[in-house]
Amino acid sequence: MTLSPTARWALRITMGLGLVFIYVPLLLVLVNSFNGDRTFAWPPHDLTTRWWAAAWQNDGARQALLTSVKAGLGATAIALVLGTMVAFACQRFTFFGRDTVSLLIVLPIALPGIVTGIALDSAWRSVMGDLGIGKGMFSVIVGHATFCVVTVYNNVLARLRRTGTNLEDASADLGASPWQTFRYITFPMIRTALLAGGLLAFALSFDEIIVTTFTAGPGVTTLPIWIFNNLFRPNQAPIVNVVAAVLIILSVIPVWLAQRLAGPEAGASRT
Amino acid sequence: MSTLGSYLHRRPRLRLAALLSAPLLWLVVAYLGALAVLLVSAFWTVNGFTGETVREFSLANFRTILAEEVYRAVTLRSIGVAAAVTGICVVLAVPMAFFMAKVASARSRHWLVIAILTPLWASYLVKAYAWRILLANGGPVDTLLGGPGSGPGYGLFATILVLSYLWLPYMILPVYAGLERLPDSLLEASADLGARAGRTFRTIVLPILIPSVFAGSIFTFSLSLGDYITVQIVGGKTQLLGNVVYANIGAANNLPFAAAIATIPVLVMVIYLVAVRRSGALEQL
Repeated sequence: MTLSPTARWALRITMGLGLVFIYVPLLLVLVNSFNGDRTFAWPPHDLTTRWWAAAWQNDGARQALLTSVKAGLGATAIALVLGTMVAFACQRFTFFGRDTVSLLIVLPIALPGIVTGIALDSAWRSVMGDLGIGKGMFSVIVGHATFCVVTVYNNVLARLRRTGTNLEDASADLGASPWQTFRYITFPMIRTALLAGGLLAFALSFDEIIVTTFTAGPGVTTLPIWIFNNLFRPNQAPIVNVVAAVLIILSVIPVWLAQRLAGPEAGASRT
Repeated sequence: MSTLGSYLHRRPRLRLAALLSAPLLWLVVAYLGALAVLLVSAFWTVNGFTGETVREFSLANFRTILAEEVYRAVTLRSIGVAAAVTGICVVLAVPMAFFMAKVASARSRHWLVIAILTPLWASYLVKAYAWRILLANGGPVDTLLGGPGSGPGYGLFATILVLSYLWLPYMILPVYAGLERLPDSLLEASADLGARAGRTFRTIVLPILIPSVFAGSIFTFSLSLGDYITVQIVGGKTQLLGNVVYANIGAANNLPFAAAIATIPVLVMVIYLVAVRRSGALEQL
């Protein structure tokens, strides 16, 4: 399609405005974390780094950060194992119900988060509670792992599609045991895809609030829950600003690493 | 280890079963099991005096939902918000994705994909919070439009705006992926054969675009339908399905009624998924 210069410029301007729309709010949070006023005033009168120091000293935020990291690591570990297994099953085998299995993996993120959340909540109250397993860190990890499987699955599946089975067949022909083939051929082949999928799973868990709200037991406060609890407290505003700014800066890491490890398609696997 | 390995190697069915057992057990027990409990508990009730859950089949919750005007209004409002958000995302995403896939150079394309992806991983809560600051009374938007109270403030409009902001990348990425698969030579062939830009768009680009847009819309629609956090942050007094579910779990402590309300978005999404399946959208997820 030959686009007229006007059409090209119109598209270019739309792209530019779209990027402005996406980035201005994030930049605002970064600027605002240096805002000297305790009560929010725009534009800021003076800039200061004292809220950054105060946030670093804040016990609640630090504890919440630690809880988030623990939950993220637990969920990522489970997602890595389960996601890799399903990816191998779906890519290397044809079997009845394969489409249903891949739909089942997408479902936890295709249904609204509140549905997943309340489903796990009611399961915990009606079934697990009766079994004597109360809500706590374990229920949070179960909830997170359920929707994190998809990122590992997508990354490993894409890698398996690209690499094929030639090397593994050659390895078997040359007399390697299945275990040797896995260790020296298959695992190195998917290693970076695992790393990318794991990183994205961790980021997904780290950011999740809706499912966490419904599955967290008393005393389990992840960072998003801590932010939400403090969002409406005016005297906590400066510290919330700093935590928000830190999260924006940190969010660059998984995308960049996943890009470098697994190529352009990696990050898109969140969808 | 190696004997077990060789044993499995000769039996692909057994290997498949071994690979599938743990993930399926997890998804079926932890996820579908939980959804089943949700569905069952929607038919329970709560004793008004003791606050105890009565585990007996009853249609009382659904009768209440159907009878009371307020739940119909909330359902329609939620679907309206989800549709509006999806519409705004399509309008913004299609030209952006088209530029990325067909106009930008290969080099800048790579950077644009990263630029669209990065904010996807910035915290959801932080992004909603950014808009709370932007739209605050006397905040940047008000200042830009001419003093306190000039902007939209918090409310239904703010909810739609912020949800569109949050889910926009979920629309751009599948549309971009779809357009990228469309070979440029096809567009050139169409032009060589004398088709104008409009005709090429209708007959070549649109058939690729529609399934991708539907694929993106599954996320924008579903995520908007269940949201209650953004509504609490910038929605003012606006009530959506998510808030009703949340309120019934928290303050009212009526899990069965919350479960019954939660079946509405599930039902809407199932209808939506069935409707868009024919377009081939599900293969693009």
